[in-house]
Amino acid sequence: MQDLLPLKESVIKGDAKSARSLTEQALASGAEPIQLLNDYLVPAMNEVGRRFECNEFFVPELLLAARAMKASLELLRPILAQRGTAPIGRAVVGTVKGDLHDVGKNLVVSLLEGGGFEVFDLGVNVPPEKFVAAAREKNAQIVGLSALLTTTMPSMKLTIEAFRTAGLRDQVKILVGGAPVTQRFADDIGADGYGENAPMAVALARKCLGLAA
Amino acid sequence: MHPLIADLIANGPVLTDGAWGTQLQVRGLGLGEFPDVWNLSHPEEVEAVARSYVEAGSRVILTNTFGANRIRLADHATSALELIREINQHGVMLSKRAAQNQALVFASIGPTGKLLLSGDVTPEQVYAAFLEQAHALADAGADALVVESMGDIEEAKLAVAAAKSTHQPVVACMVYDSGAHRDRTMMGTTPEADAAALAEAGADVIGINCGRGIADFPALCRRMRAVIDIPLWMKANAGLPELVDGKAFYRTTPTDFAAFMPALVEAGAQFVGGCCGSSPYVIRETYETLRGLPRTQSRLDPGTRSS
Repeated sequence: MQDLLPLKESVIKGDAKSARSLTEQALASGAEPIQLLNDYLVPAMNEVGRRFECNEFFVPELLLAARAMKASLELLRPILAQRGTAPIGRAVVGTVKGDLHDVGKNLVVSLLEGGGFEVFDLGVNVPPEKFVAAAREKNAQIVGLSALLTTTMPSMKLTIEAFRTAGLRDQVKILVGGAPVTQRFADDIGADGYGENAPMAVALARKCLGLAA
Repeated sequence: MHPLIADLIANGPVLTDGAWGTQLQVRGLGLGEFPDVWNLSHPEEVEAVARSYVEAGSRVILTNTFGANRIRLADHATSALELIREINQHGVMLSKRAAQNQALVFASIGPTGKLLLSGDVTPEQVYAAFLEQAHALADAGADALVVESMGDIEEAKLAVAAAKSTHQPVVACMVYDSGAHRDRTMMGTTPEADAAALAEAGADVIGINCGRGIADFPALCRRMRAVIDIPLWMKANAGLPELVDGKAFYRTTPTDFAAFMPALVEAGAQFVGGCCGSSPYVIRETYETLRGLPRTQSRLDPGTRSS
């Protein structure tokens, strides 16, 4: 088996062109798509997340890495779909009611997709009922709530309550994040998890499904 | 240096204003409601906020036009799109009416909300949106334009270019809240690099708003001062918000905020004010503190008086 570390590196470095060509080469020499995903792409995004947390990487590096990841995934997905390989999970993600910020939310969507999830992006200013309806319709296991304003954090609590009222609370894991959100707040409102940044959201989502981060 | 700016800073630091969003919320702006449309639907409230800052001592007040660019409105208040020029112009008009001859009106231009790097929007589209807004504001009589809360230097440069085409003075400020030391923009650029880039882009005043509390501003200010001789604009948060009983609460008191003024002025700021969490009380305290500082001539050379 050829050394595929350059594939991992190309994602970390945000080199979409190399990620694509290395993926092509790997597939051509018989590599398994699921192995490429789990052994090289997912660890690459974990490393990107680590560097973001260490403040070595900023938003541009995250975006470029997500783009490189996507370039590789575009080649893997058709094969995985053909083989009936399901996405590792389904997530419904949005910015809560009253809040219009979407940069963080968009990063989470990109990274979750890169991590093998099927993601339904509900956009911004999403009312609790819409999160509930989408989670139900798409049979999602993960619900991601983002907020950038302190004043809209209460919408997160309302959204969790809406899931409870709808009888769906136990069927989903609700994760929260955003600049003003804290672990303490997440605990207070009964969220299942809190991610300090977009890369951590992916690790958290995988953990919720019982997968290794 | 632009003569308007030179005249303003000639006798010492200039006090700008405080937060608008929270003041409008106190007056009934709902959660998630787009503040800028209140220029049309609740003009008396907007004017009241402007007036409260003039009365607190602001020499420069801004306008309720932070989000009134085509890209942001297209996403979040589509129905208001056709009124984009009116929203901007009424914003200026309301601030001017409140300011009378006591204060100048620097019109606010905020970010588009979209990241250039993501490809969701092109530089041409961003420039066009800022151009439209800048001219609406200048045509309504804004004394200057303030490009604020920028997290991406590339977007800031486009905004500055658009604003400069009006021939009004242009203030450009960035937000620093990322990185290990919370001294980078979200895109990873430094105060030094951004100050240099904005100076090159032709901004008349350069600075920092939001992101950090007032305690952290003198150090950030010094870093910009070290690389440029252009007047500096510092508009700090009154601390960082905490959620108490479901409401945002800023722990820095007006007195605490004002206490940092000597350090901020010493660090090289010509324009000082408050951002999130600040109120007319904060501005009033700051006004009193600034008044108590020894009167100094501006340390900057106004240069030749050319526009």
